Amino acid sequence: MDGLNGFDADLGYLALALPFIAAVLAPLLTRVMKSHAAWLLALAPAGAFWIFLSGLREVAEGTVHRFGFEWIPSFDIDFSFRLDGLSLIFALLITGIGTLIILYAGGYMKGHKDQGRFLSFMLMFMGAMLGLVLADDLMTLFVYWELTSITSFLLIGFDHTREKARRGAVQALVITGGGGLALLAGFIVIREVTGLTSMSDILAAGDVLRQSAAYLPILILVLCGAFTKSAQMPLHVWLPNAMEAPTPVSAYLHSATMVKAGVYLLMRMQPALGDTTLWMTILPAFGGVTLVMGALLAVRATDIKITLAYTTVASLGLLVMLIGVSSETAIIGATLYLIAHSLFKGGLFMVAGSVDHGAHTREIDKLGGLARSMPVTFLAAMLCALSMGGVTPFIGFLAKEEIYHAVEYADPYYIAIAAAAILGNALMFAAAFIVALKPFVGSMPAEIHDPHEGELRIWLGPLVLGVLSVVAGLYYGVYHEFFSSPMASAAYGEAVEIEIGWVPHLNLAFALSMATIALGIAIYVGSAALRAVLSRMLAAIGWGPDMGFDQAMRGLVRFASKVTNLIQSGRLDYYMTTVVVAVVVALFASMWLADGFPEMPTIPQIKIYEWIVLGLILLGILAVVIAKDRLTAIVSLGIQGFAVALIFMLQGAPDLAFTQFMVETLSVVILALVMTRLKLSPADHRPLREKLPDALLALAGGAGFGLFLLAVIQTPFDSTLSDFFERYSYAIAHGRNIVNVILVDFRGVDTMGEIAVVMTTGLAVLALIRIRVGRRGERTIDPLEKTP
Amino acid sequence: MRTIIFRFTAPYLTSLMVLFSIFVLLRGHNEPGGGFIGGLIAASAFAIYGIACGVAPVRRALYFHPMTLAGGGLILAVLSGVLSIVFGIEFLTGLWAFPTFLGTEVALSTPLFFDIGVYLVVVGAISTIALALEEREDD
Amino acid sequence: MEVALCFVVAALFAVALYLLLSKHIIRMLLGVVLLGNAVNLLIFTNGRIGPIAPPIIPDGAEVPLEAVANPLPQALILTAIVISFSFFAFLLVLAYRAYQDLQTDDTDRMRVAEPEDEGLPPLGY
Repeated sequence: MDGLNGFDADLGYLALALPFIAAVLAPLLTRVMKSHAAWLLALAPAGAFWIFLSGLREVAEGTVHRFGFEWIPSFDIDFSFRLDGLSLIFALLITGIGTLIILYAGGYMKGHKDQGRFLSFMLMFMGAMLGLVLADDLMTLFVYWELTSITSFLLIGFDHTREKARRGAVQALVITGGGGLALLAGFIVIREVTGLTSMSDILAAGDVLRQSAAYLPILILVLCGAFTKSAQMPLHVWLPNAMEAPTPVSAYLHSATMVKAGVYLLMRMQPALGDTTLWMTILPAFGGVTLVMGALLAVRATDIKITLAYTTVASLGLLVMLIGVSSETAIIGATLYLIAHSLFKGGLFMVAGSVDHGAHTREIDKLGGLARSMPVTFLAAMLCALSMGGVTPFIGFLAKEEIYHAVEYADPYYIAIAAAAILGNALMFAAAFIVALKPFVGSMPAEIHDPHEGELRIWLGPLVLGVLSVVAGLYYGVYHEFFSSPMASAAYGEAVEIEIGWVPHLNLAFALSMATIALGIAIYVGSAALRAVLSRMLAAIGWGPDMGFDQAMRGLVRFASKVTNLIQSGRLDYYMTTVVVAVVVALFASMWLADGFPEMPTIPQIKIYEWIVLGLILLGILAVVIAKDRLTAIVSLGIQGFAVALIFMLQGAPDLAFTQFMVETLSVVILALVMTRLKLSPADHRPLREKLPDALLALAGGAGFGLFLLAVIQTPFDSTLSDFFERYSYAIAHGRNIVNVILVDFRGVDTMGEIAVVMTTGLAVLALIRIRVGRRGERTIDPLEKTP
Repeated sequence: MRTIIFRFTAPYLTSLMVLFSIFVLLRGHNEPGGGFIGGLIAASAFAIYGIACGVAPVRRALYFHPMTLAGGGLILAVLSGVLSIVFGIEFLTGLWAFPTFLGTEVALSTPLFFDIGVYLVVVGAISTIALALEEREDD
Repeated sequence: MEVALCFVVAALFAVALYLLLSKHIIRMLLGVVLLGNAVNLLIFTNGRIGPIAPPIIPDGAEVPLEAVANPLPQALILTAIVISFSFFAFLLVLAYRAYQDLQTDDTDRMRVAEPEDEGLPPLGY
């Protein structure tokens, strides 16, 4: 470990950015270098891996690095990161396995036309996941959390021409995205309770959280986030369906990294939220059920990838259960198992991909005898399976021994946990060998033609992971010092020492371990029978959460459709009525609430010619309503318009009067032009029972506006603005016509917007007219073509 | 509508109205008037011409398509605002110059050009609408 | 005068809303024109009606010498008149074109954008 001179925050930013930079370059590089681009792109995670490795010694000694910058200071939200044992080991797993996966994907997707897009999504996901585990600020964490959901959606739906892939992608997004929203709510409640947004501070404020009245809602919301992401029953359905994604995705996202995000969150929050009765009940309950059910479903599946997916579900259940137990040994067991699982499960998924690649099938019944033609893959598969099965000296053994230590207490609680662990582990042992042994031994079915070993990049990943599984087990001292102890300490909240080694000691844990292996062998031998029984049972039930998801989605669409039909009836008169009712309610309610009804006005004292003008308006609008023919309607409309212009003229607004005169003239002209051609009568032919409600509503509206206006003019007038314009119109804007000065100077931006609107209507009218001409094709009038 | 008298007088009426509209536009800053009113007067003039003599002569007389006029007007209005930015003051703030031209002081200002832009937009857009509708009458 | 105008504004609004509520496009268009006038008069009255001298500063003066009408609502209404006119023209042409295509001015029978029995959106993935 010489030369690792400590972690540098600036390089930390670089490490966080590297995957995203590579993601941007990936499509371009792939176009130029074809599948060889993967070699170059793998340098990004490798570089990040190296940067994180430099912090290993410091972190093992207990240093915690924090770096970041202010993001939204007004809310106290930072864009900040925290490097401690937990996040460092996760970061190393993400970048280390990520490097192997990028190489693997280069070989696996060789010749695929969208390889660039695929690698880009993979690297994007890597960046998101890295940010997730390193984030310190809760909002930073949430942003990365959702980013992993989105990139996972893109990756599962990568082969988007198949409906199953689309369904898997949507399902994963709905479930994990929904959980993410619950998590956001949980974070907000945490902030409300503690006033803190940084994980480092919250870890120190665990007692405040545990004793607050909001502990239960916080716990439920955070668990919703963690359980959806880490596929706990019954929200696990998305994980097997996510196997529609290309195998590199399954190996990376759905075993080593993304599904661990939930577990990571639980480990991270354990010191703050854990060690309560609720925590120690809910987590083991969900985890235990998930472990056993997942393992059973794993044995039942016939597709080796689905088998692996369900063992992942089971493993996540085991981890959640152990974190729920909250004791030091349980947390150590969870830590050891988590690292072991990332190595062997990632490897086994890659093996499944290689088998699929070499033999063109993943059905367990159609596979066999591949050992001779795929020796390296077989070796890697066996290494990984032995680790998964918990055979010494693999790290899987260390994990299992530690877990069984955790259950050494003679207490019903621990016995139940132990029973679940033994049953689950035995089933997973069987599943491991179903995937790693069965396809390679026995006779080769006739359907398999020309099985072959993949290129270097295909077998390198699983082999490296398998070898690491045994090396770490053999040199457990170094492994514990630098990897498992720092991680377990961060997850437990206090420094812990891990001593477990690969040399078996004769004690209860070892006995349980042996019993597990024996039971596992028995299940492996009887797996075909067990599969048949389980299939019959599931067929008898006939319904599962997966179908429930479809039903929920369909129900949602139906509900949305009903609501849309209700709100958007498609009938203009309903819309108009709604608008008018809303206006009437708004007018009267605001006057009523503010006690603002006007006082009784006095009879206005106005001149006789003013009476005449007002009478003209009333006459004009009355005639418009009752007009029986076009000419009457148009002329009446003109009359009231000119009368309004006269009012403007009489009340000191010559500009308005002129404009109104011109506009009324033009309105009458174009209305006449259109109406004579429409040959429509303006009379209302509806029966009285339809007219009457409209009339009443309209009267209410008119009364509302009238009363409102009366109320307004009874209040004192604030002439500040008008005085300003009068005083400065000439002094600073050199204009004597104050109205014009307001238009072109004081409120020029406003006027500019308005002439833009006028121009747009002109364009729209032109377009409407021209469409007609073009479609008929009879007359070739092109109004845009100037006629010289 | 196409009586001989109307058709005969319409071009003169139109010219007079357009002339008047320009007068209204230019005096608008100090007396009643301005771009909006001037534009409406000119647009009515073209509408009358179109009703009297058909749309084609109006288009010939306008030379540019009315929408081009409107677009030009909008650009002029925006440019007169941008000029202020060039001079380091806020967008659309008035700039004034009083050069003496043949012994008379002439007031040149960005609000004047802005108002001319308004005038052109109104003339262009409203003439477009009116002419488009009048044109449909032929079929 | 202000009080009298309040009643005129109320009448204009009532008639405009009544016309807008009828199902015939051509009546709704008449309603739009009346609504424009109603709103303009509303703003005008809101700015109070008092002095009847137009808001113009006489030659040689820096500020108006006598009390003048409130210039602010006038500026607002001036643009509103032009805008509502171009809006009206657009609606008129739209109605005209819709009538040519659909052969009706009854809004109940204009169901191109939102058909009556649209059925469910696709339920698959």
